[in-house]
Amino acid sequence: MTARERIAGNVAGYVDDRTGAAKWMKKNLTKVFPDHWSFLLGEICLYSFIILLASGTFLTFWFDPSMKEVVYDGAYAPLQGVEMSAAYASALDISFEVRGGLLMRQIHHWAALIFMVGIVVHLLRVYFTGAFRKPREFNWIIGIGLLTLGIVEGFLGYSLPDDLLSGTGIRIAEAIIQAIPVVGSYLAFFAFGGAFPGEAFIPRIYTVHILLLPGIFLALITVHLMLVWYQKHTQFPGPGRTEKNVVGYPLMPVYMAKAGGFFFIVFGVTAFLGAVASINPIWLYGPYTPGQISAGSQPDWYMGWLDGLVRMAPPLETYFFGYTISWNILIPGLILPGIMFTLLALYPFIESWATGDKREHHLLDRPRNAPNRTAIGAMALTFTLVSLINGGNDIIATTFDLTINQMMWFSRIGVIVLPPIAFVVTKRICLSLQRADRELVLHGRETGRLVRLPHGEFVEIHEPISAEKAWTLTSHEQLAPLELPEFDEAGVRRPKALLNKVRNRISRANAVAVPKATETERKELEGHH
Amino acid sequence: MKEFKEGNLVKRLSRLRRHRAAGPILLVFALFSIGTTFQVASAVDTSTTSAAERTVAIEEGKQLFLKGCSSCHGLNAEGGTIAPSLIGVGAASVDFQVGTGRMPMADMSQQAMRKAVVYTPAEINALATYVASLAPGPEVPGDELLNYERDGSVAEGGELFRTNCAMCHNFAAQGGALTKGKYAPTLMGVEPKHIYEAMVTGPQSMPVFSDKTLTPEEKLSIIKWIKAAEAEPQLGGIALGRVGPVTEGLLAWTLGIGLLIGVAVWLAMKAR
Amino acid sequence: MSNEIEAIKDPGLPAHVHRRADNDEKYARRAENQVAILFLLSALGTILLIVSYIFIPDDIFVFIPIMGEQNIHQLLLGLGMAIALFCIGAGLIHWAKTLMPDEEVIAERHEFRSDDEDRAEFVKTVKAGAGAAGLGRRPLIKRTLGLALGLSGLTPLLLLRDLGPLPKDELKKTSWKAGTRLVTDPGDRPIKASDLEVGAVAQTLPELPAGEHHRSLNDIAKDAVLLIRLRPEDFNLDDERLSWTHEGIIAFSKICSHMGCAVALYEQQTKHLLCPCHQSTFDVTRAAKVIFGPAARPLPQLAITVDEEGYLVAQAPFNEPVGPSFWERTS
Repeated sequence: MTARERIAGNVAGYVDDRTGAAKWMKKNLTKVFPDHWSFLLGEICLYSFIILLASGTFLTFWFDPSMKEVVYDGAYAPLQGVEMSAAYASALDISFEVRGGLLMRQIHHWAALIFMVGIVVHLLRVYFTGAFRKPREFNWIIGIGLLTLGIVEGFLGYSLPDDLLSGTGIRIAEAIIQAIPVVGSYLAFFAFGGAFPGEAFIPRIYTVHILLLPGIFLALITVHLMLVWYQKHTQFPGPGRTEKNVVGYPLMPVYMAKAGGFFFIVFGVTAFLGAVASINPIWLYGPYTPGQISAGSQPDWYMGWLDGLVRMAPPLETYFFGYTISWNILIPGLILPGIMFTLLALYPFIESWATGDKREHHLLDRPRNAPNRTAIGAMALTFTLVSLINGGNDIIATTFDLTINQMMWFSRIGVIVLPPIAFVVTKRICLSLQRADRELVLHGRETGRLVRLPHGEFVEIHEPISAEKAWTLTSHEQLAPLELPEFDEAGVRRPKALLNKVRNRISRANAVAVPKATETERKELEGHH
Repeated sequence: MKEFKEGNLVKRLSRLRRHRAAGPILLVFALFSIGTTFQVASAVDTSTTSAAERTVAIEEGKQLFLKGCSSCHGLNAEGGTIAPSLIGVGAASVDFQVGTGRMPMADMSQQAMRKAVVYTPAEINALATYVASLAPGPEVPGDELLNYERDGSVAEGGELFRTNCAMCHNFAAQGGALTKGKYAPTLMGVEPKHIYEAMVTGPQSMPVFSDKTLTPEEKLSIIKWIKAAEAEPQLGGIALGRVGPVTEGLLAWTLGIGLLIGVAVWLAMKAR
Repeated sequence: MSNEIEAIKDPGLPAHVHRRADNDEKYARRAENQVAILFLLSALGTILLIVSYIFIPDDIFVFIPIMGEQNIHQLLLGLGMAIALFCIGAGLIHWAKTLMPDEEVIAERHEFRSDDEDRAEFVKTVKAGAGAAGLGRRPLIKRTLGLALGLSGLTPLLLLRDLGPLPKDELKKTSWKAGTRLVTDPGDRPIKASDLEVGAVAQTLPELPAGEHHRSLNDIAKDAVLLIRLRPEDFNLDDERLSWTHEGIIAFSKICSHMGCAVALYEQQTKHLLCPCHQSTFDVTRAAKVIFGPAARPLPQLAITVDEEGYLVAQAPFNEPVGPSFWERTS
């Protein structure tokens, strides 16, 4: 035993005496993680979160979350002598007087954008591969929670410097709160400590942004990761991979090195963006005052779809008995997002109800093999994309020589018409891909080499695919549609008859598939060649 | 002196006319009045220096106008269905529109765009003088008036810009969308004279900013701020257009996640 | 031939393919060197960061292709940090890929579900414990516990009451009264009708009461008014609204009736006001009637006239609350 081994042994023994750690460390250091690039998307979110914590803590050492009015007397000449809040002035000081301050501000903001992009890409991967199915439904719900809270946290974060652009965003948020029936004006006055803008809002959202929400994030992310750890990660179908195993690499050393390395990569890319790309140039926006506004005012992208929905909303308000309900604000601002996020969170349960599939799943679906799910996802994406585009309609209009009026009407109609079209097109594409898979398994790969047969016929040589690939393309399950009874044995109509009928219909649509190739068919074909 | 008869004004005046000092006094008076008239006139219009030159310019401008402008604006600049009347728009309007290439308009679209200038400065001056001769209107600002470095304040200009201009032209003067395909153009690379004239004349969709509500000093401060913004280096990295979060989100979704997914694919690939 | 359909079988894990570095010491050494170079690059990055932080002044700008004029101190600080971090990551990953074992390992999944015996035991334990607590047998305890816990849940809500004052009629009032002069924003200069040409706009605020020199943002958020001059014949108003104008000058609240952004974008030729937040468009000739976009109400019009000295003043306060809608708004 070398000296190093002896010392390490003593340390380990010291810790184990007190915690019994050796047993679970031994088990967990050899834990197996499957390796696919799309499994790293969640890590992008995790590492971005750590970067946010680190860069954010740096910023808190200089930021002053106060709305007291001060006169600027700092390094940026075009704002000399201008009245502004202390929060804005301190953000300017971080940008111009603290070495590395502007870099850290930019890293923090880019990390926030990457965090949200990561969440969305990770969500899409989990959704389209069906990783949310039993036993991972709770993790899915936690993920949706992280998505929603991330949107709020980002909004509060970029509102802290109290500049003209983010202040306008706060004005709009206040209008949404104020529009809530019965209690709206009270909630708005409680949130802002009085009329808008008041002096209480920035200090309050500071507490939420640096303490409350990060605390909730830490808790949720911990549970999220613990569930992944305990339930083991899912894996793509392939040779040697079953529902009952995990094929991959051990935590130590491979996964530690790769995942640890990826943390540095994410940090490095974020730092690179912070170094070369300007973001949130608050000194150009100027301090917030309700009498000013800039053309092309938008929220950050993860709220852009909300802004797009608000822009395209019809001008509906109802008045009765001296009261006003602003549907033009409530529907796009609260009701529609509420429905969307609820449906999103409940999706695993909706799908298992529709398919009747209550089993555990650890093997992922290739998206083409779940055409209904993939098509629904495409539908939701189309809806969100149209809304997002409308959120930037003025910038798009000036860039591409369109009019905001055209964009608005395109969005109003498109947001209703395009999603069903996306559904149909996507489903058909999935079925075509299934057909292509079937062809590949049965007939092999087209090599492009032509051979002329003795009797004159030209044929293309097909190379049979490997056994591994054949298995990967046919290992998926093709569920039969549900056939829930409408009548019981005695012929009496069941109370749940209508529901059962709906479920049958949905699961029939879900079960539409190109039958996968079988060994029997292959053998038959081989006989013919 | 011969004796005056009371009340005989005509005789008195005739006597004064023949006074020895009358000539020199008259000469001094004439010089004085021409001099002050010249001062006043040249303070606003440095382009023509004499009445004769002005007349030539008007005639030249009229010819240029008939050739290049009257087909839309009418033979007497009275306007019509396709173009507004130019009577009373003043030299400043012409100097702005023709000097930035907006006029002559290339097509009858929503908006006259800044493009290559067709006329020489002398021709623009002639056109401006002609239009100004039709009826009084805003004058072309002289260099003395446009000394924004001396008379303007950058910080005040920024405040004024954000209150009066940013809602159309965007917080960094990059331009913005109006309704039905119109737009407020970028103010980058615009001559101070043209910025001033635009504020005074209110071309096309732009409103007029009267000198009483936005004083000439305030206008100069705005110009000073615009020029400072134009000269300001991109702080913190490439500015991504200075249009706000739209381009920032686009970069995160392209370069940002693209780089990261690229590395992730490399990470998971088997090494050779 | 049987009628049973035979599915394609799982061929099992493919044979392990060795990497070059596994077999050949030369390649392993090369990979090691590559990893080492990456780690050294990272070190250089950190040195660049340190040098930029300490020695490079922050007022030097250098022209860089594509990027334009850049602050060298900032750029090198950031690039140094980026290289330092990225190269550690790249080194670790390259090390794992080329030199660490890459034989796939199989681990078994275990069923999560506890076995029936454990489940039964669990139910028994809970039942016994609950029974021992005896809530079921002791309704008095149950009900009073419910009362105590329920009431105490109200406390945090109550303690938040002083977060803000009640709105009362704050949302319905502005600083505008009969006779309040309109003054320029910024500048605080009173305005005469003759100061505005046809086609002109002016950003205005109510004159501050005597002795006050400072406006709060709260007041600006409700008081901001946009003044526009048209030709009197351009208006398409009823007699009452026409009487609120003066010689073609009309005044509107600048605070959008939709969600409160400043509506100041005036198109002189179409006589439309555009709010850049959500593109609500208002027709000035018809008292700011909404002609496009999500706003449901026109902008409140301020009745104006001139005082004895000829300065523009308000005739009366706004006839309706300004800004976004709220439940108690009667309209």
